[in-house]
Amino acid sequence: MSPKVAHHSLRLPADLPLDSGQTLPRPAVAFETVGELNADKSNAILICHALTGDQYVASQHPLTGKPGWWQRMVGPGKPIDPERHFIICSNVIGGCMGSEGPASPHPEDGKPWALRFPVITIADMVRAQAGLLDMLGVEKLLAVVGGSMGGMQAMQWAASYPHRLRSVLVIASAARHSAQNIAFHEVGRQAIMADPKWKNGAYGAGEGPAKGLAVARMAAHITYLSEAGLTAKFGRHLQQGDVKSFGFDADFQIESYLRHQGMSFVDRFDANAYLYITRALDYFDLAEGYSGQLAHAFKATSARFCVISFDSDWLYPTAESRRIVQALVAAGRHASFVELNSPFGHDAFLLETPGLTEVVDGFLKAVEQEP
Amino acid sequence: MSGLPIRLQQVADQIPTGASVLDVGCSDGRLLAWLRDMRQVDGRGIEIDAERVAAAVARGLSVVQGDATHDLAAFPGGSVDYAVLSETLQAMEAPHKVLAELVRIGRRAVVAFPNFGFWRVRAHLALHGRMPVTRSLPVSWYESENIHFCTIADFKALATEMGLTIEREAYLSGDQRVSSWPNLRADHALFVLSK
Repeated sequence: MSPKVAHHSLRLPADLPLDSGQTLPRPAVAFETVGELNADKSNAILICHALTGDQYVASQHPLTGKPGWWQRMVGPGKPIDPERHFIICSNVIGGCMGSEGPASPHPEDGKPWALRFPVITIADMVRAQAGLLDMLGVEKLLAVVGGSMGGMQAMQWAASYPHRLRSVLVIASAARHSAQNIAFHEVGRQAIMADPKWKNGAYGAGEGPAKGLAVARMAAHITYLSEAGLTAKFGRHLQQGDVKSFGFDADFQIESYLRHQGMSFVDRFDANAYLYITRALDYFDLAEGYSGQLAHAFKATSARFCVISFDSDWLYPTAESRRIVQALVAAGRHASFVELNSPFGHDAFLLETPGLTEVVDGFLKAVEQEP
Repeated sequence: MSGLPIRLQQVADQIPTGASVLDVGCSDGRLLAWLRDMRQVDGRGIEIDAERVAAAVARGLSVVQGDATHDLAAFPGGSVDYAVLSETLQAMEAPHKVLAELVRIGRRAVVAFPNFGFWRVRAHLALHGRMPVTRSLPVSWYESENIHFCTIADFKALATEMGLTIEREAYLSGDQRVSSWPNLRADHALFVLSK
């Protein structure tokens, strides 16, 4: 991780109770907002970010200098529009972009929490977001929106705070982590923990397990793409025309690409945070708290739902979205669902996908027009 | 709001103001949008084609991508006033099962379909000995999505066999109402049914 930059954050007024039974003493929650809250406070949209995302959804990232990660969806004239909406995006607790996480100073000794940080869940992340909204004076959300892990938080919102939202938009997500999802995460975690620089989590700032974290990112990144997409972009193309090194350098373009993805990730992400957040994902099974009946998780809310999947996404495939939709229908909710066509796999939710902006725009406008 | 084509309008005319509706095979949500805007109907839809679903959702409708054979099961019994199946009965894998789902989910079902007993269809089959290609059935048999054609008499027999009550029936030939000899004279039929 690069040296610290200042993130905009608030410290919650009370300790945060966690699913594990532990409490997090007055955690910091880092966030960004765009647009203005209107007079009757009816235009707030919470965007929940994915595993390695952060609060810089629509503003320049202070570490990478890159533009916001969801510019296709958020911005003037876009479906989520600062001209109409008060847009909030917070870094999840357990993260490393200013919210309380394993790299934050422990309140007692000022040293990083490291593995002393309690294991958190998706519901814990959502509980912290609700605390942030209280501080921002937002009682009810026009929408809670998220892709991937963000979609899980959005569904958890509907279960945990059924009366605080008017609509829920879930993109490329699932109501539970599958064995395959957990398996890929375990590969990533083992890569981090096998790096001698991990030191049981007690590495110093800037001295973390870069190689292990890069490998974790490489493995995960494959799951965000599709075979067809990889073939179209890289095929079997070599880096140097038709020259093979007969060694283990990055001969193939796909190898070079993955190495680059791994190395650039290390510059912006904390290895321990990666362990904690992947754990939270693996523990996620929304139906678990409802005797295995997913529909019961959606019984208490009257929010409208829109669920979107992508046909080439094998990380959170359409079948998982269908399971969510069947539960919504069984619970009597107003629900929309569409599987969009894209060659880009799971990452399609971040990319230009025909139909995506139209569906999101139509859904949000319909919610806004409701009395 | 533009008007509906006559066959959809005939379906819309069965739905009272403020009712709740599930439109099975709702296409781009044309009927549901009209019912929402003109009759304050609380509508939901199910449609198999992704592009049509996207168009319906972009209109602000609650439409789920799915097929009637598998995805109706999740809807709770008696959850809407009217379950509508317009122009798609003949394309169903198992029309009788879909019909049973409609009267389970809706307190009433509205079913509209082309009548295969229409005299032009009969004449075409009788004179040419080949499957009819007409104005209302414009596609060759091997390309047609319509795999389970029936006549008005067939449909009534099925309704009776299933113990359903026919509350209303209405028939069209082109855009003209038909009252006598519908199984011969009408190319289109509409039934309102209940259990």
